[in-house]
Amino acid sequence: MALHVSIRKKLKYFDLDIAFSCQDEELLAAIGPSGSGKTTLVRMIAGLEKPDAGYISYGDEVWFDSSQRIHVPPQKRRLGYVFQDYTLFPHLTLRENAAFAAKDRRRADDLLDLFGISHLRDRKPNRVSGGERQRCAICQALARNPRVLLLDEPFSSLDFMTRRKLREDVKRLRNEITFPIVYVTHDIHEAFSLADEILPVVEGKIDKGWLQSTISPASSTGAPAKAVRAPRLALAF
Amino acid sequence: MDLIPLYVSLKLSIVTTAVLTVLAAPLAYGLSFLKFPGKSFIEALINLPMALPPTVMGFYLVTMMGPKGVVGRMWESMTGGSLLFTFLGIAAASVVCSLPFALQPMKAAFQKIDRRLLENAYVLGLSRTEAFFRVIIPNSISGIAAAAILVFLHSMGAFGILIMVGGSIPGETKVAAIAIYEAVESMNYREAGLMSLCLVPVSYIFLLLVNKLNREEF
Repeated sequence: MALHVSIRKKLKYFDLDIAFSCQDEELLAAIGPSGSGKTTLVRMIAGLEKPDAGYISYGDEVWFDSSQRIHVPPQKRRLGYVFQDYTLFPHLTLRENAAFAAKDRRRADDLLDLFGISHLRDRKPNRVSGGERQRCAICQALARNPRVLLLDEPFSSLDFMTRRKLREDVKRLRNEITFPIVYVTHDIHEAFSLADEILPVVEGKIDKGWLQSTISPASSTGAPAKAVRAPRLALAF
Repeated sequence: MDLIPLYVSLKLSIVTTAVLTVLAAPLAYGLSFLKFPGKSFIEALINLPMALPPTVMGFYLVTMMGPKGVVGRMWESMTGGSLLFTFLGIAAASVVCSLPFALQPMKAAFQKIDRRLLENAYVLGLSRTEAFFRVIIPNSISGIAAAAILVFLHSMGAFGILIMVGGSIPGETKVAAIAIYEAVESMNYREAGLMSLCLVPVSYIFLLLVNKLNREEF
């Protein structure tokens, strides 16, 4: 099965107009400068925002279709969504957070084990590090057996070493995952090391030229206008 | 010292607090998270008792609860009795007048909750009602406690509205504040002084608690 997305939405500074598909077991990285509409894109897949037009479907289930006036609420889409920064529930321990929406508590425990944070299971989120929190957020999203996993810059607020470790975790995780993953990042290195397919998003549109100009050394001289406005992405690590 | 007025005050405060803690939470939720037409008008109406003299509120409540008022007539056809000059009557008046004191801290606590927490709950499959009980309430405990204490203190201190709606019937509607006023009127300063002294530490300690709760954060 596959996730099919083809959506349009009028945003404040530009129009978002994007179409792509992501097969089961595939990791698609949406990459682009900040403010290019990547987060809005995943929020629409999750059902937290409504596109103006288009459709979103997974397998034969339609989540959004403007022509048929279908808009399935986020509760009914059963997907996993890991937000940019900490959205763990502060009043619950890591274990309770991971099992928050799980049908089977053992699944949550196994995931905590897999991510190496089971020794912290009885701590509240404010008593663990940022990396451990994001690991727990991934456990929380996976524990309910989602049909699609959305990761919205899950490691962007972490330090370099933690990011690298977590990136390895995600790589390892991919062997277990049988559903599509949409991964939003502004870090080209992360995108290249994880993704099967890369979706460059610039000002709401897919822009393959931008990706080219960002990674080619010539970009500093003859760059197209868009790449000048967008900050050159760090390739330092 | 006559302890009965203190007992009536305590009973009134406990009833008002219990009713308002349950009643104000969904109202505060509606005002913090839902969008509907006329929201600010409704909010201002609910907060009106805070801005009006208690006698004005008392006047309208007496008119409404009296034998010719809407509420009074309905109550009489249901129970055969009157609401005025009963404990239930002053409890109802106290609930109306203390509502803003419950609403404000609860609303503040609810609004402090990160919207993304709620969005995460929705994505994880929780309905709005489930998210209210599993995410909003447990993360607003200190705000709710502050609301409860403020309501408790405010109903302990109510005077004008209670005397208008309930009069001063011993054991029924004569609360401590009214008993103190009457004691002073009849030059019984000892009685008034003792009863006043009972109220000061209670209020002071509860206010300290409110301050502590307001400072507390996750």
